[in-house]
Amino acid sequence: MPEDLNWAIGGEAGDGIDSTGKIFAQALSRAGRHVFTSKDFASRIRGGYTAYKIRTSVDRVESVVDRLDILIALTERTIHENEAELHEGSVIIYDGERSTMQDVEVPEGTHALTVPLKRLAEEAGGAIMRNVVALGAACQVANFPIENLDEALAKRFSGKGEAIVENNEKAARLGQEYVAENYDLPVDYDLETTDEDYVLLNGDEAIGMGAIAAGCRFYAGYPITPATDVMEYLTGRIGDYGGAVVQAEDELSAVNMALGAARAGARSMTATSGPGIDLMTETFGLVATTETPLVICDVMRSGPSTGMPTKQEQGDLDMLLYGGHGEIPRFVVAPTTVSECFWKAVEAFNLAEQYQTPVFLVSDLSLAVTEQTFPPETFDMDEVEIDRGKVVDEDEVDSWLDEQGRFQPHFPTADGVSPRAFPGTADGAHMTTGLEHDALGRRTEEEEVRVEQVDKRNRKVETAREEEEWDYREFGDPGADTLVVSWGSNEGAMREALGFLEERGHDVRFISVPYLFPRPDLSEEVAAAEDVIVVECNATGQFADVLEHDVLERVQRVNKYTGVRYKADELAAEVAAAITGDAGDTQEVEAK
Amino acid sequence: MSSDVRFTDFKSDKQPTWCPGCGDFGTMNGMMKALAETGNDPDNTFVVAGIGCSGKIGTYMHSYALHGVHGRALPVGIGIKLANPDLEVMVAGGDGDGFSIGAGHFVHAVRRNVDMSYVVMDNRIYGLTKGQFSPTSREDFETATSPDGTDMPPVNPLALAYAAGATFIAQSFSSDSQRHTELVKEAIEHDGFGFVNCYSPCVTFNDVDTYDYFRDSLVDLAETDHESTDPADAKGKILEGDKEYMGVLYRDEDSVPWNERQGIDEDMSDIPDDAPEDAMDLVREFY
Ligand SMILES: Cc1ncc(C[n+]2csc(CCOP(=O)(O)OP(=O)(O)O)c2C)c(N)n1
Ligand code: SF4
Ligand SMILES: [Mg+2]
Repeated sequence: MPEDLNWAIGGEAGDGIDSTGKIFAQALSRAGRHVFTSKDFASRIRGGYTAYKIRTSVDRVESVVDRLDILIALTERTIHENEAELHEGSVIIYDGERSTMQDVEVPEGTHALTVPLKRLAEEAGGAIMRNVVALGAACQVANFPIENLDEALAKRFSGKGEAIVENNEKAARLGQEYVAENYDLPVDYDLETTDEDYVLLNGDEAIGMGAIAAGCRFYAGYPITPATDVMEYLTGRIGDYGGAVVQAEDELSAVNMALGAARAGARSMTATSGPGIDLMTETFGLVATTETPLVICDVMRSGPSTGMPTKQEQGDLDMLLYGGHGEIPRFVVAPTTVSECFWKAVEAFNLAEQYQTPVFLVSDLSLAVTEQTFPPETFDMDEVEIDRGKVVDEDEVDSWLDEQGRFQPHFPTADGVSPRAFPGTADGAHMTTGLEHDALGRRTEEEEVRVEQVDKRNRKVETAREEEEWDYREFGDPGADTLVVSWGSNEGAMREALGFLEERGHDVRFISVPYLFPRPDLSEEVAAAEDVIVVECNATGQFADVLEHDVLERVQRVNKYTGVRYKADELAAEVAAAITGDAGDTQEVEAK
Repeated sequence: MSSDVRFTDFKSDKQPTWCPGCGDFGTMNGMMKALAETGNDPDNTFVVAGIGCSGKIGTYMHSYALHGVHGRALPVGIGIKLANPDLEVMVAGGDGDGFSIGAGHFVHAVRRNVDMSYVVMDNRIYGLTKGQFSPTSREDFETATSPDGTDMPPVNPLALAYAAGATFIAQSFSSDSQRHTELVKEAIEHDGFGFVNCYSPCVTFNDVDTYDYFRDSLVDLAETDHESTDPADAKGKILEGDKEYMGVLYRDEDSVPWNERQGIDEDMSDIPDDAPEDAMDLVREFY
């Protein structure tokens, strides 16, 4: 008997695949089993193949595998799409009475279960319940107590009235009984149940929940797959906490609304995917230079351009690290699991306010669509800490006024972080601008002030580098010669891959990096390894580039950012200093 | 709010660098007066400015203020107002900022009808970039980038606002200080989005839409029998191509701001030190 069971329902977009899959996932979760789901889908709402896949086990599951044990196929194409994953003994449930599925051929070695889904659904009260009949049939095949399914059906349909719930329960039973009476399968799946209570959620929901927990009260966004679930989660919930969700006219507006709310003192965020990030980019510089705390979530999908909107990719890393003209101090944080989406969201809000910078919270389609089970205490709200940074109230404003009594929102402090006065604070009135400005927030082009402000903004990143922990998550054999590094959602698959690699005789040390900027210094780890392999879902290896950059130490830097170009004699002096510094008398140079 | 606030309290100590005679001086003075006379003070006021000569207004006024990126001032203002409805939010910018690069935001800000005011400093030119045509420039207006005129009809900001469902539409003239101030005051006091298109002549790059031109052509609606609450009257005046009006063209007296209709009335900066007390309910929802 296999430890895990891989189950799927597939059909055409519009067939209710998602909601049916979710019901089954919920039933498994209610039965105290762990669940990890994935979706195959096309971006069309109707037409086009789509599937909802579940891997379930009594132990935690962190990944999908290339294997299907039970498949509910609403279309013939579903069977073909999954041929590679089906194996000797897989069970395929389909409606043999359906006109388009009468001469279906199933792959050799699999068991075809033709169940009259539509007819039985009609018997239960309506053809619309044919998917539920299939779920009942699947319960029978998997030896899974149908009462768990009842609970999930009640959760899904109780809003529609008792009668609907009962009809669905009846539909499920008709499916179950049909299989019991007509088939005697040579498979012995046994979906054990436990007393555990799990919650089932996806990465977008985890981000939304983390945001509310962290005190986010304002969200502005423009719908885009796969980030929309963040907005839909917050809509209808954030209002209970005194907040608001605004669907803006575009991403330019969304990020600027979110910026406005943040200037008003709200913990504020927007979420989008690649095309929206592109549109927002001009404003990232504004957020950074006005030192506005803002969380910008990028749920990555496949690009470039509209790319493959419903497919996975980790292609935005360069954009998030470097995007925007000029130099933009920022933090880039990428949760590696669904539950980390929650915790990193909380952290992102703290970082944003402690350092008054834009924080990119980077997730991806895989995390967004994966529904995963967790013990509820994984999201222990008592553990949530809120640090608002250097907010000053009416009494504290005084100590941040200049000699003429003017508040200094960009005062160049030792750690780079300036005081922040929310509008409405008496004597705190101040302006700020995307133009280079002085401590008062007023436009300037004076070279010293420019340099002072650039340095103070960058100093915040240095302070953060020292003050915060930018650690990585480590798995596998710490002493192994092979080092695998990855970021974002690959963690689950790589963790499980470690087991397969061990079976093949490969010991591997696996480092999963959730902080992309600032990020952990991996130079020692890289030096200690013989082979270094960077795993990521993109074509060019963007994180691999970053890692190679980090471990390279040869280059000295000569920089000027006063706004004035280099002059030849000045440049000669700078380069000479660098040369002599390189020769070992750095101290002498500094002493001059 | 203290009644002893004077309009000079809204002045920053930064001297404007506008060209001598620029219409923006008068526009700004009227805005400061209107804010003071409606009982606001710099500590409860947020001014959001666009990019352009006009946008520099954010630098010259004293209040909470943000001078952002070109064309995006309105969304910033909306975000501020929704996050703290106690603040008086005023947005200002140029005709290019509002009706070209930011035109999409204008239409939607009008529709959304959040309780705030928006003053467009309309000089029918791109001032800051030294004299290219703007969306409100005349069809035959010759500039460096339109040597033979724009060959396009100008945007009619009032009509755009009306078509988008505006609840308050006014037009003013920077050199008629008293009327301009009154009209901005009315926009501030209006329950909803108060839009004032203020003709603020550019003396350096526009020799067509001059002080003289506006002085001669503007008809003050206060001196006519215009009924600003009558949609038919408003529509007629707004679409009348050959006349320029000053005054309130349209006002919906039943306007309820979107923020109020949505029940958005809290200062969102005020949050607990930990997760909300019942936050575990959010987790349990996922059982
Ligand atoms: C994204 C972007 N594009 C172009 C510019 C250059 N730019 C600055 S102001 C401006 C036009 C300003 O015209 P208007 O809004 O009418 O303001 P005015 O200067 O006339 O007051 C332009 C094109 C910019 N700052 N940002
Ligand atoms: S260029 Fe025109 S708009 Fe700009 S400051 Fe001078 S007069 Fe005013
Ligand atoms: Mg202009």
